[in-house]
Amino acid sequence: MAEAVSVAADSLTGGRARAAPTVLNQVVLPGEELLLPEQEDVEGPGGGGERPLRLNAGTRSRVRVVCGPGLRRSGDRLLVTKCGRLRHKEPSSGSGGGGGVYWVDSQQKRYVPVKGDHVIGIVTAKSGDIFKVDVGGSEPASLSYLAFEGATKRNRPNVQVGDLIYGQFVVANKDMEPEMVCIDSCGRANGMGVIGHDGLLFKVTLGLIRKLLAPDCEIIQEVGKLYPLEIVFGMNGRIWVKAKTIQQTLILANILEACEHMTADQRKQIFSRLAES
Amino acid sequence: MEGVMLADAKIRAETGTESGPRGPGCSLRHFACEQNLLSRPDGSASFMQGDTSVLAGVYGPAEVKVSKEIFNKATLEVILRPKIGLPGVAEKSRERLIRNTCEAVVLGALHPRTSITVVLQVVSDAGSLLACCLNAACMALVDAGVPMRALFCGVTCALDSDGTLVLDPTAKQEKEARAVLTFALDSVERKLLMSTTKGLYSDAELQQCLAAAQAASQHVFHFYRESLQRRYSKS
Repeated sequence: MAEAVSVAADSLTGGRARAAPTVLNQVVLPGEELLLPEQEDVEGPGGGGERPLRLNAGTRSRVRVVCGPGLRRSGDRLLVTKCGRLRHKEPSSGSGGGGGVYWVDSQQKRYVPVKGDHVIGIVTAKSGDIFKVDVGGSEPASLSYLAFEGATKRNRPNVQVGDLIYGQFVVANKDMEPEMVCIDSCGRANGMGVIGHDGLLFKVTLGLIRKLLAPDCEIIQEVGKLYPLEIVFGMNGRIWVKAKTIQQTLILANILEACEHMTADQRKQIFSRLAES
Repeated sequence: MEGVMLADAKIRAETGTESGPRGPGCSLRHFACEQNLLSRPDGSASFMQGDTSVLAGVYGPAEVKVSKEIFNKATLEVILRPKIGLPGVAEKSRERLIRNTCEAVVLGALHPRTSITVVLQVVSDAGSLLACCLNAACMALVDAGVPMRALFCGVTCALDSDGTLVLDPTAKQEKEARAVLTFALDSVERKLLMSTTKGLYSDAELQQCLAAAQAASQHVFHFYRESLQRRYSKS
């Protein structure tokens, strides 16, 4: 019985830890271990415990590996903590060599604030010199009234409870209250601030937002050809959209919601049918 | 617009995964699992083992009441709703068992001062209910993207009066059994996370049940993988 178990265990995880490059774009499950390429050489099955003596043992060529969402480090291994597809990005400088960023692309709905993310929030309270903004995380973010373009102590921005805010996180970590601003480092609004009172706000999964915001995403290009529109994507899974008429706005919202579970061919069909009507 | 909705509905139906016939020597009932079927929770799953069916929803990491806040980790809460009537002592006891199992695998330290709530609704009980609840909870936690150390599964064993072992018993088999044992096992080290037993059994029988449960857990984890791969195949 015990033998059968160990055999089955090997077949499931593919012999405990798999090398990260071999599972790229495949589904990984929580608890899986991943080996990084250069460690595979040193400590892989071929190494077998006896390491060859090296003259420059102390100065092993270091490779920078960044653990993205869904991964954590345990010693020299990568442990998967979320289910999704494993993705990798080569470092911008230097030539490959196994470094770069690894992360797990999961279909999550709940947002966890990340520093630098642009999000759409709803003002839930005004208290003294800060606004409380609901961004869909575990606690509301704070937004100072001075963090708007051209705001001074005399000249307060016109923000009411219930307004939509497009802003950026400057403080976001697990132990502290997240903090938003609506200006960039130069003090310019750069598109951020209060979003107009019309238009439609709806929620989608975080995976869809990342897909839509990817460079040269064909969905956005196709949608742009349909009607003239204004659109705001928040990394927290919220989309605000406004077209000329309410009907057009609703059509756009429905298309974007439906896009997630469609193949490229299905999308092409839908867009061609809409373009005719 | 109708075309869009229709296509969506069709894809939803395909999300459900049904397991094929079990391999020889393994007497588990048929599994079926569907993920992300509820729109409001952050993660949801329905898990079926034979005629036993449980629906699970996960909310989190969400806002937490000040009285329940833990400063260095997430507050895990499990709510088990019976099919009929109000939850009683038996449900509270099961809630605790499931919560302790989840706490062992969920990396709560990554989301301090938040709450993770698992709500389990019994849809139909035809034996091995606790095991089915554990499986549904695991799939819903995975769907919600809660960081976890490993996956876990529940396996129920029943011992007959003549000592024969039945895996994944039905309600009738459970009633006639001398002892019913439920184990929760993790996917990395195949270690025991939780065990609860009822009835009389010997030391050797416990070991035998545990070994059988470990073997059965392989099939459950294999099913998890298949089911999740199918879910992510569309993206």
